[in-house]
Amino acid sequence: MNKVVKNAKEAIQGITDGMTLMVGGFGLSGIPENCITALVESGVKGLTCISNNAGVDDFGLGLLLQKRQIKKMISSYVGENAEFERQLLNGELEVDLIPQGTLAERCRAGGAGIPAFFVPAGYGTEVAEGKEVRVFNGKPHLLEHALTADFAIVKAWKGDTHGNLIYRNTANNFNQPMATAGKITIAEVEELVPFGELDPNQIHTPGIFVNRIFQGTDYEKRIERLTER
Amino acid sequence: MALTKEQIAQRIAQELKDGYYVNLGIGIPTLVANYVPEGIEVILQSENGMLGIGPFPEKGTADPDLINAGKQTVTVLPGGSFFDSSASFGMIRGGHVDLTVLGAFEVSEKGDIASWKIPGKMVKGMGGAMDLVAAAKNIVVAMQHCSKDGQSKLLKACTLPLTGVNCVKKIVSDLAVIEVTDEGFKLLERAPGVSVEEIKAATEGKLIVEGEIPEMKL
Repeated sequence: MNKVVKNAKEAIQGITDGMTLMVGGFGLSGIPENCITALVESGVKGLTCISNNAGVDDFGLGLLLQKRQIKKMISSYVGENAEFERQLLNGELEVDLIPQGTLAERCRAGGAGIPAFFVPAGYGTEVAEGKEVRVFNGKPHLLEHALTADFAIVKAWKGDTHGNLIYRNTANNFNQPMATAGKITIAEVEELVPFGELDPNQIHTPGIFVNRIFQGTDYEKRIERLTER
Repeated sequence: MALTKEQIAQRIAQELKDGYYVNLGIGIPTLVANYVPEGIEVILQSENGMLGIGPFPEKGTADPDLINAGKQTVTVLPGGSFFDSSASFGMIRGGHVDLTVLGAFEVSEKGDIASWKIPGKMVKGMGGAMDLVAAAKNIVVAMQHCSKDGQSKLLKACTLPLTGVNCVKKIVSDLAVIEVTDEGFKLLERAPGVSVEEIKAATEGKLIVEGEIPEMKL
């Protein structure tokens, strides 16, 4: 078994124009910085990105937006990005806004072999348009479908050469469900260790879900809203 | 006198009970954490994946891997925990969160809430608001009773795109505490020095006034 690749450039081999990617992170926390940079450098375009947010103008997925490499975003909140707004208002970018919990569950379901499920979120709102409604326990629910991606790209704190992953604090967020839902899942980690070194009790994402792994470099870990006492 | 934002938060904090797991939205709701009554313990949930939100970090100690749903750097209290986004919304959807406090542009007398989108303005997205309002057992809305130009925001029917329907249980505005009942807005308390007549005039939806309405105690 050899899942270890040298770097982000090698990890993103096979990502081509028009593909659908899942990209982990919440805001700028837990985003796969190395792979995003490699995607910018690769020039791949026409991407559909499933990601809770769209980064900021000069960091995260904002870097791909600046180069017009993204055709469509599937997200829950995209408010921190002026270039995003400009492209959206000019009709250069499609956006599908999805309630955050539904988005997370659609990814989880995609990885767990559940094609669709019912949730109450969005009932009676524009999110419900065109969706089947069923009442369970007296409460209306919407039918939502699973999401999968050609590639899921996640960031973890520690990983081993078998692809087992451990996230840190709130940098877990969408990484864990998305790691399960890629046809190919790429993990970049701050620290890569030989298999056997991580405590099996502490693993968040078992290696079965991960196809490629590498130790990232030069993490900036930018803070979006520094707030101190 | 109409309440300040801090006073709205202070009044909402009186809704907290010992052992509650609470999700606080962005804005006034966040301030509620500053007024947790003495002698009770509540645990704050952040939908990006933590229980046990602590105070903002001391200068120079912020951790980029430790943020709240508003993307601010925070700390975690002893006994806290971290989890992924699907587990986080599982605990919200599954009814494990006792109280959700959030802001709103408008609330209707049926308990519908509009809080995420103003047509003609940039649409940023609903984030977790639709999941929270659709699933929480108990939703308290913190809001201004009227817009800056004096229009009521407690309406017969919302005019803005909805976040959820028939879900708001209580409203704490700068003028009043109101319960949302099947019959309409039921006035429970007045802000100090604010008359029932003033509240009636500021409420477009049906306002139910039964008996003597006490002033809020802050």
